[in-house]
Amino acid sequence: MFKLIESDAPQRRRICEIFVDGEPCQAMIGEPLAAALLKANCVPMRYTPVSGAPRAPLCMMGVCFECLVEVDGTPNVQACATPVREGMHVRLIHGARSIGQLGGAAQ
Amino acid sequence: MTKHETDFIVVGGGVVGASIAYGLLRRGLTVNLLDEGDDAFRAARGNFGLVWVQGKGANSTAYARWTVQAAARWQSFSSALAALTGIDVQLQQRGGLHLCLDNSELARRDEELKGIASTIGEPYPYEILDRKAVQHRVLGVGPDVVGGSFCPMDGHANPLRLLKAMHAAVHMLGGTHVPGHHVEMIEYRSGAYELKTPHARFRAPRIVLAAGLGNRQLAPMVGLRAPVEPIRGQVLVCERALPFLDLPTLHVRQTGDGGIQIGDSKEDVGFDDGTSLEQMSQIAARAVRCFPDIGNLNVVRAWGALRVMTGDGLPIYEESSDQPGAFVISCHSGITLAAMHAEVLVHWLCGNPKPDLITGFNAERFDVQAH
Amino acid sequence: MSTFDVVVIGAGPSGITAALTAANRGLRTALIDEQLSPGGQIYRNVDAVDNGMQTILGPEYLHGRTLTTRLQHSTVTRIQGASVWQISDDLEIAYLQAGVSKTLSARHLILATGAMERPSPMPGWTLPGVMNAGAAQIMMKTAAAVPSGDVVLVGDGPLLLLVGKQLLDAGASIKGLIQTSPIAQAGKAMRHLPKALLAPGYLIKGLRLLTHLRAGRVPFFRTDEAVNILGSDRVRGVSFIHKGQRIELTVDTVLLHHGVIPNVQITRMLRLEHRWDVDQQTWKPCCDGHGRSSNPSITICGDGAGIAGALAAEASGAIAGLDACFALGNLSEGERQKLVRRPARAHRRQLRIRPFLDTLYRAPEWLSAPLDETVVCRCEEVTAGQIREMARLGCKGPNQTKFFSRSGMGPCQGRMCGLTVSSILAAENGVSIEETGYYRIRPPLKPIPLLALSQARVARSAGTERNSQPNEDPTHE
Ligand SMILES: Cc1cc2nc3c(=O)[nH]c(=O)nc-3n(C[C@H](O)[C@H](O)[C@H](O)COP(=O)(O)OP(=O)(O)OC[C@H]3O[C@@H](n4cnc5c(N)ncnc54)[C@H](O)[C@@H]3O)c2cc1C
Ligand code: FES
Repeated sequence: MFKLIESDAPQRRRICEIFVDGEPCQAMIGEPLAAALLKANCVPMRYTPVSGAPRAPLCMMGVCFECLVEVDGTPNVQACATPVREGMHVRLIHGARSIGQLGGAAQ
Repeated sequence: MTKHETDFIVVGGGVVGASIAYGLLRRGLTVNLLDEGDDAFRAARGNFGLVWVQGKGANSTAYARWTVQAAARWQSFSSALAALTGIDVQLQQRGGLHLCLDNSELARRDEELKGIASTIGEPYPYEILDRKAVQHRVLGVGPDVVGGSFCPMDGHANPLRLLKAMHAAVHMLGGTHVPGHHVEMIEYRSGAYELKTPHARFRAPRIVLAAGLGNRQLAPMVGLRAPVEPIRGQVLVCERALPFLDLPTLHVRQTGDGGIQIGDSKEDVGFDDGTSLEQMSQIAARAVRCFPDIGNLNVVRAWGALRVMTGDGLPIYEESSDQPGAFVISCHSGITLAAMHAEVLVHWLCGNPKPDLITGFNAERFDVQAH
Repeated sequence: MSTFDVVVIGAGPSGITAALTAANRGLRTALIDEQLSPGGQIYRNVDAVDNGMQTILGPEYLHGRTLTTRLQHSTVTRIQGASVWQISDDLEIAYLQAGVSKTLSARHLILATGAMERPSPMPGWTLPGVMNAGAAQIMMKTAAAVPSGDVVLVGDGPLLLLVGKQLLDAGASIKGLIQTSPIAQAGKAMRHLPKALLAPGYLIKGLRLLTHLRAGRVPFFRTDEAVNILGSDRVRGVSFIHKGQRIELTVDTVLLHHGVIPNVQITRMLRLEHRWDVDQQTWKPCCDGHGRSSNPSITICGDGAGIAGALAAEASGAIAGLDACFALGNLSEGERQKLVRRPARAHRRQLRIRPFLDTLYRAPEWLSAPLDETVVCRCEEVTAGQIREMARLGCKGPNQTKFFSRSGMGPCQGRMCGLTVSSILAAENGVSIEETGYYRIRPPLKPIPLLALSQARVARSAGTERNSQPNEDPTHE
């Protein structure tokens, strides 16, 4: 949904690799994870636990909570407030999260 | 000032007052339900939603039996409410668990339940479970859980939906819910009570004071007393998750919407007005010990709610002897007792004899204790 | 747990200045911010911004470096990547940093938590591809990125025009700018023009922005009704009425902006007094001329106290810093009066433009009275119609409404719906918004993992021993 602008000093950009649902993807170290995901066109970024409606970041400043993703095993992290680190494993969330190994175990 | 006249006025739009108003309206009476402003209802909004039997009434057989009967009526109570309003209050009554984190706690629990079962004089089904048996009932219990008690009469409902359903029912049955009216004065005048709020006057031959902690001020206006104290309890709410917890436990339960609620209990935690951080942290710690996998769930809300407590934890159900037709109703477990309040209690309020079980629930008993 | 004389929450222009002011007078001062680097929203990432973006964002943005540089060379203890989640009555501040809850305590607290964009509920605003305009600017500041497809801007105000210009310069394809402020406001704003002319350069800057956008061949539209955002899984376009005609634009990205409002979450949680500001159509905490709130131990500065812009925020930070010094007895009344003169004058100068801007860019009525089907609470997916139904059920205020409808109960904790829910209830019940009130905000201010919460108590007592060194950063960063 977003693209990186041209730069006359591209070598200054510290590019790294992260994994989104297992797929490798390029990102810049230190940029907000949500930004990297938008550049990688991960849109919709999540589906709500209430009705399964598709969503993507709205505010990029930590107030709307539309950018929740799973980062290195921790679910519902605000991607707009999480800086990219080399080798991060990200999973996009579909609906309500599961609890440990117990996801949907009851009933 | 406008004057409104009805058969009954119920003061307090929390879960207790709303149950009573609903019950009265079902009998075809006219009711005004007076209520405070938007930031009131502390207990009704803050509660945990348990329909809970086990352990209740260790000090009073009457209360134990009152509670058992309440739980037994809940299913039909909630069905009737749903049939009327279309609101499902998400009742689940497949039993409840009290998890114990050490052997002495478990032994105490066993003692307590044995005591109630031996005196109650009616069936009181419960089981003391060891760790294995607990694991058989719910998944994901932590290594610190040594066992627990299980009672098949226990369950839980959604307190938000319950209150909403009862308010909707009041509406549909022609009652009037009057929020934003804090009752300042009650007078008895030519055969009826007149209640004055800053904006209006309301008149009725019979009034029910169900104003939670507000009863302390209101009861003396009709020659009664309601020695209730605020006791703070804290509740944490975590974000929604897929269903994982089949049964409610006294400290952790999963709501019908998937949210996890974590609370303390008056039975187990000697809480006070202690600092929030301290309390919240303690409650969270117990929950994580019970179910370690919920540790990475996010807590989205926390609140302290004020419980309405009498000195012995038992209700006050009393009609004024000098001013007949004026009742005071104060109790803590408004969710569990909702069915009793809407049905059995209302029968008494309408002029029938007071049920035997609750004849002792007068404020007088506190005078006796004081001497 | 370490104790500071002054703790400042928020490292935007106001917070940085407040912290510098207090520290320069010898007070032990800590500055906490959620972000990893100082600058706040306006100067976000200013120290590390991508080369290609510097000229696009311009000198006003780079001005932030003067603040961050001074901060670096100061004695202020900086605590970054730290999100405050609870504050006790005796000013013990609990914050979450890298998944761990820590605490510190303050003798005086300064809140500089800034603003957020006014939520813009309209049909389709929950669709992926819809973003706030400020969010698109944050994408430029932090990720050197612009929307890759066609864009339309919806709303009004200086920030919208600025973002439009910056996007154009950065190579985005802008298919239109749909202005939503009622045209009648232009006439009303003229009353405030003389005063606005005394404000330094704002009007010229505004006109330049407009000319720039027109020169860039950005089509301007104006509408008096809610814009329909179209799409099912993603935005595919917008539809709106312009000059009596329905127009449909096919776009991939919709950027919304209806001005900024104080983010009152923290001031509400602290139960400080608030009032409804009719001109800015928002709540703001009640403060005296020095920023002192209804709690004598808490001073508020910057946009969190009322929207006035970045330069005003800087001035108000200095005023608040002096107020903290005064509150702690570090300054006498007379000394403060002398020292506050300069920042107070700068602050007043910045404020001159506000009545003009607030009137000209007043948010349209339909924004606070969305159509029944429009989602108001995005987290719990509660519509405007459902909120109206709650009013009919007897809900006078947002708290009972929240309890009955779940609005405001999701992870954003009411930030996105609070203003709209109160407005709808006020209209429905025929009472003022002030009488209707606002959500009672409870801790945690930001969601905190249960495990971190369960360890918070232990972490605090452990901290007491570890952080006995004064001036040591309690985060050990
Ligand atoms: C998205 C956006 C873009 C904007 N762009 C422009 C622009 O281009 N030009 C312009 O003139 N004005 C712009 N503004 C307005 C401008 O941001 C403000 O006028 C100015 O930043 C106000 O400064 P401040 O110090 O009051 O707050 P801010 O700069 O907003 O700083 C507040 C800081 O507090 C921190 N914070 C908040 N809550 C917590 C917490 N609980 N714990 C820890 N830290 C916390 C935040 O991370 C933030 O860093 C923009 C506003 C927004 C919302
Ligand atoms: S995008 Fe709004 S919180 Fe992350």
